[in-house]
Amino acid sequence: MALAPYATTGQRIWYYGFRVICGLIFFFLIAPILVIIPLSFNAQDFFTFTPKMLALDPEGYSLKHYRDFFTSNDWQQAMWNSLKIAPAATLISVSLGTLAAIGLSQSHVPFRGAIMAILISPMIVPLIISAAGMYFFYSRIGLQGTYFGVVLAHAALGIPFVIITVTATLIGFDRSLTRAAANLGAGPVRTFFKVQMPLILPGVVSGGLFAFITSFDEVVVVLFVGSAGQTTLPWQMFTGLREQISPTILAVATLLVGISILLLAMLEVLRRRSERLRGLSPS
Amino acid sequence: MSDAVAGPDQFTGATPDNALRNAERADGPMLAADGRPLKASLARSLRRSKLRALLLIAPLLLFILLTFIAPIADMLFRSVENQIVSETLPRTVIALDKWDGETVPGEPVFLALVGDLNIAVERKAHTRLGSRLNYETTGISSLFRKTGRGVDEIGETAMEQVIGVNALWEEPATWVALMADPDWIEAQAEWAAEETERAEPRFRLNGAVEEALPLSADLYRAFARTIQVEDEDSPTEEEPWPVIYRALVQDLAALGPLPEELAASGVPIASLEEAAGGFLMEDVSAAFLDIDEDWADPEVWGTIEAFSDPYTAGYFLGAIDRQLTPQGIERQPENQRVYGTLFLRTLWMSLLITGSCILLGYPIAWLLANLPVRTANLLMILVLLPFWTSLLVRTSAWKVLLQQQGVINDILVWSGILNDANRLVMINNATGTVIAMTHILLPFMILPLYSVMKTIDPSYLRAAKSLGATNGTAFWRVYFPLSVPGIGAGSILVFILAIGYYITPELVGGTKGVFISNRIAYHISTSLNWGLAAALGSILLALVLLLYWLYDRIVGIDNVKLGG
Repeated sequence: MALAPYATTGQRIWYYGFRVICGLIFFFLIAPILVIIPLSFNAQDFFTFTPKMLALDPEGYSLKHYRDFFTSNDWQQAMWNSLKIAPAATLISVSLGTLAAIGLSQSHVPFRGAIMAILISPMIVPLIISAAGMYFFYSRIGLQGTYFGVVLAHAALGIPFVIITVTATLIGFDRSLTRAAANLGAGPVRTFFKVQMPLILPGVVSGGLFAFITSFDEVVVVLFVGSAGQTTLPWQMFTGLREQISPTILAVATLLVGISILLLAMLEVLRRRSERLRGLSPS
Repeated sequence: MSDAVAGPDQFTGATPDNALRNAERADGPMLAADGRPLKASLARSLRRSKLRALLLIAPLLLFILLTFIAPIADMLFRSVENQIVSETLPRTVIALDKWDGETVPGEPVFLALVGDLNIAVERKAHTRLGSRLNYETTGISSLFRKTGRGVDEIGETAMEQVIGVNALWEEPATWVALMADPDWIEAQAEWAAEETERAEPRFRLNGAVEEALPLSADLYRAFARTIQVEDEDSPTEEEPWPVIYRALVQDLAALGPLPEELAASGVPIASLEEAAGGFLMEDVSAAFLDIDEDWADPEVWGTIEAFSDPYTAGYFLGAIDRQLTPQGIERQPENQRVYGTLFLRTLWMSLLITGSCILLGYPIAWLLANLPVRTANLLMILVLLPFWTSLLVRTSAWKVLLQQQGVINDILVWSGILNDANRLVMINNATGTVIAMTHILLPFMILPLYSVMKTIDPSYLRAAKSLGATNGTAFWRVYFPLSVPGIGAGSILVFILAIGYYITPELVGGTKGVFISNRIAYHISTSLNWGLAAALGSILLALVLLLYWLYDRIVGIDNVKLGG
């Protein structure tokens, strides 16, 4: 990749030009996320940099919007709802999803293709269609507007992610380990918890993280399946952005970016651990 | 083994030794350790492992079928379902069978309609029916609403005259004695004496009366059951609707000699039959026209008839800018054709977004695939962070950036490129949607492209160059064709995600930058035309599944990768 010493001027221009273009694209990717962080400390109710902020005057900055977030009833309620819904949905997706992924990775599974297509479908079908269908169907059976309904809907949306990550981990799983455990006298349950589970755990956890973030970020389905009692954080942001746009949203957004960074770091750690456990060299 | 006494030869059951002996002894098929034929034994173990796998999958499959597939099926069903007309106006629909389709229908149809509407008003179903038919012909909603307020008075002339003959006809008990099945009267009396929490026994009609007085008996049964269910009232305490009096008089006029059972029922019906011939009968159709003269409009009746089937293609026709009229399928008037444009716009904008993602994603993927691993991993964070950041965070960032008083316009004005007076309008239009969605979907393009480019051996490029190709030729003739699968995978993924997007177009799209999904949401939550929403959704779903099938053919669903 390095520039050859004998490169012509044209090649040099292209080489540096290309890097500048890539730099601009990276800027396009990351700048919108970074720009909201300083704006969330704005002392004014504006969505742009005030002259005081540009002059780095401490008076231009304040924690006012964060205080708003932590004292406003609506926002606190929304946060608690999110924290109540996402873990429950994750638990359902992970427990059922892991079992099914183990089943799917067996050597002889009838109708494997069809089953896989059905299990992956919540990820493929556009959210608005899932939301519409769930709204119609859940109102028929009385789940519309209930906590339980939202949890079930979010669990269904998270399942494809669990299936994909766990089956990917199971591809690298050495089956002779379970046979060895059985040979040493362990029953299937003991084998699962003592041998298989620790080895596929990184996959399960990262699948769980995906499921969690799916539910935690989800807004379309909860808008339809939920009612005012299930207002989640994204829902509150959505209404905030649509109706009276308040800078508190930027404070919330900044906090959420922090959570994303945390999740990303956790996934990376898990990926490395999984590779080490499976004896693959870390790339 | 606990049984230490037994030597190796004394074990019974499935041991390798025994199996060997069995195999030597038998000259038939090869046997497994337990003495079964090997083939059967293998088949059994295969069956078991299949069953075990299915048992592990079953709970999740059931869960997805119930929470996800059933809702989708429900939506597909709703896009053709149309039972509301035949359920709310069953008698009218039957009576309309004989209608010629052009003139105002005759008295029997109107009489059936009074009955149906009386029940519908009691169940508060007539406004729902009105708004349903209003999707097809405007004005029907207010017509039904207005009629619903006046329909309980139709038949009052007849009622007054009947009561004039004998005041007993005002008593609910007289009607019950005439109409109800004797067994039901007994059961009802028992129930009334018990004072339980149970609901009153369901009303049953006297068979003989049904035969003799078909119209009034049918209406009375509908009346009795409706008030039992809707008001938790008893027919023994409620005076029937005026229209039942009207129907009774008509029945009596058509009836020859009074049957035995009726004459013996103890109600003053004989005297009523005598008097019925001389009654002054009001015209039901005239009463309807009095309430609203739209009832003389054959189009209203045509709409009711056209949508009387329990299933309809009407919603799908609506979704492609056609409509079902009494004269057949027609295009919507020019000013009401919205969905064709909207579908085209959705496709066009999704293509535009996919195109911009290829343009922006290709160089990045190439750079990541060709840099040293350590640097590439660091730069990968810049791709993954937006990927992991909440959709609403990114959308709100764009809202902040693109506003007329927002950061981008401020910078442009400050740097002197723009005059303060002509700040760019970049939000609440198509531009806003394309910019924000390109940003949001870009990682979905970069990641598959990157994983394909990772597999392209750099020695191919070196080989091409050593054979005399310039950098450009080597790229176009060697590298680019090898990266096409990545472009295909990324494009289909981005395109599938883009055509179903709702949140971002809703927030930054204004009116000119919205997608078909926004219209679906509008029909579900604002206009409440669920059927049309379901039909639009079904079309969108079909489109996505087609693309998904293509994706599966090209890439394979098993190859979907998450986060690199």
